Amino acid sequence: MIAHRSHIYGVIGEFEKPEQLVHAAAKIREAGYRYYESYSPFPVEGLPEAMGMRRNMVPLITLLGGLAGGLGGFGFQYWVNVYSYPMNIAGRPLNSWPAFIPVTFELTILCASLAAVFGMLALNRLPQPHHPIFNAHRFTHASADRFFVCIQARDKKFHLADTARFLQGLAAHHVSEVHDD
Amino acid sequence: MSAGDPPIDSPEISRLTPVLGPGHTYSSVTDKISAIVLTRPTSLGWYIGFLIAFSIFGVMNIAIGYLIIKGVGIWGINIPIGWGFAIVNFVWWIGIGHAGTLISAILFLLNQKWRTSINRFAEAMTLFAVACAGIFPLIHTGRPWYAFWMFPYPSVMGIWPQFRSPLIWDVFAVSTYGTVSLLFWFVGLIPDLATLRDRSTSKPKQIIYGMLALGWRGSARHWHRYQSAYLLLAGLATPLVLSVHTVVSFDFAIAIVPGWHTTIFPPYFVAGAIYSGFAMVITIAIPLRKAYGLEDFITMRHLENMAKVMLATGLIVAYGYFFEFFMSLYSGNKFDVFLVNQRLHGPYAPFYYALILCNILIPQLLWFHKLRTNVVFLFLMSIVVNVGMWLERFVIVVISLTRDFVPSAWGRYSPTVWDWATFIGTMGMFVMLIFLFVRVLPAISIAEMRELVTETSEEHK
Repeated sequence: MIAHRSHIYGVIGEFEKPEQLVHAAAKIREAGYRYYESYSPFPVEGLPEAMGMRRNMVPLITLLGGLAGGLGGFGFQYWVNVYSYPMNIAGRPLNSWPAFIPVTFELTILCASLAAVFGMLALNRLPQPHHPIFNAHRFTHASADRFFVCIQARDKKFHLADTARFLQGLAAHHVSEVHDD
Repeated sequence: MSAGDPPIDSPEISRLTPVLGPGHTYSSVTDKISAIVLTRPTSLGWYIGFLIAFSIFGVMNIAIGYLIIKGVGIWGINIPIGWGFAIVNFVWWIGIGHAGTLISAILFLLNQKWRTSINRFAEAMTLFAVACAGIFPLIHTGRPWYAFWMFPYPSVMGIWPQFRSPLIWDVFAVSTYGTVSLLFWFVGLIPDLATLRDRSTSKPKQIIYGMLALGWRGSARHWHRYQSAYLLLAGLATPLVLSVHTVVSFDFAIAIVPGWHTTIFPPYFVAGAIYSGFAMVITIAIPLRKAYGLEDFITMRHLENMAKVMLATGLIVAYGYFFEFFMSLYSGNKFDVFLVNQRLHGPYAPFYYALILCNILIPQLLWFHKLRTNVVFLFLMSIVVNVGMWLERFVIVVISLTRDFVPSAWGRYSPTVWDWATFIGTMGMFVMLIFLFVRVLPAISIAEMRELVTETSEEHK
């Protein structure tokens, strides 16, 4: 039994409408499952709440990126003009900060944007060319017109037959197992 | 026009015309948009159009190659008119590049649903326009192989770029804008690339789209972070898009040259950029929807809304011209007064009148609903506005530089054949890139159209 289970990634069920997916995701959570994931061709409203997701880390990473870009950008210009290569032009201040604002601003935006995108990809563990869920028979529809939910085998409550029956009870179509390799 | 649209002369058009044609489902939008890339055979028209654009792109490469061999002396620039076509075209292209990010970011934050079907190719247009714009200052340096001097790097001389100069601000603004626009565009593309990966039938396509999709699988946790990142990018791109043309206008406004040294430059440059950008989006959208039968997705409502944005920003530009004119006279500064006189009566006066005609007078026709919803008229109007905005940059650069403070420093400027070859060549490059984009990537965001299907079906309930 254990040897067999190691080859199973989980059990997948399919829905036609986003509302059904939200409903099912909430029910699965209520039933006590923790390791499960929903898949949809576009972001479904209410799904993160139904799955009990909290705020994610992307905004914080973006803020840190922006701060690094802004402080680093200004600090660099300050260092260049005050320490590295000071030029006394008619006695004007070396730290002519208003003239440093445009570059500081642009670098803030640049670093925050890079942090937002690469932070999001890193948290999502992307790029990841292969994933067991792609073994699911009808999964190509997840990027087109169908909504899927997959309860993973690593969940403590997972039991192949019971979980499959549970998904069928939620009106999921094409309930089937997903293999790991 | 599709069957579902109300008659074109209906006064109700803007309220009734949906942002998505009726009867669409998740699979129908997916099929229709991905089919352009995956299954529909490449039409003869595409090959002919691409070949023409590619030839013009070739002309640009010859012009730039000759420039690198001979130097900037092949252009019409001289002293005092050191800027000439290179800067005129740079400002024109970068202005065109503003609509994409505006549509993607600002209209996204304002929750304008009609942006959905035009944002993707508007963003692509932005990238290509910024690429065209970037060529000009690069080759205008005369020795483009030293362009890296503009970036701060630890050189053996121990010197750094002059961070107090607007020209260096420009380097940072334009390169940041290019990078962020690319990120924004690519992040928007990821789910659609996954769709193309899953729907393509040939192995090479599956591999290429698969690599580009980064393994996207549409999981709820991924979407959750994706949406945060997209919203933040929109929020970051909004001040960015306003800052870029502001910084470009600083290239002029910080200098003490008459006609440049005014505080109205930043806002009216930004308005002008949006004006010309929307004009270019219309110029591309109209043939695109016709060629690929996308009238259900890019509806009359989109075109009319864009026409309204053009009318509004055109009026801001007109306000800018008026106050530029008024402040010159009101200031009593003799050089400024003289410059106004030169715009109206100098050797380049015809350009100024043509500019007023193209940018202010003719676009007033957009007040008429009937014309605003006439596709042919809109297409022609968008060309007129693009010509007008180019003339604006020509007037600003050339008239001020040919008539500065001392008559002995006055001059004349006329572009040479190499100026024209480079300018027209960049248009070829732009059109070529648009052709390639339409052929290999989904020109409309499929994932966002699916959301729109959900939203519009809820409205009909």
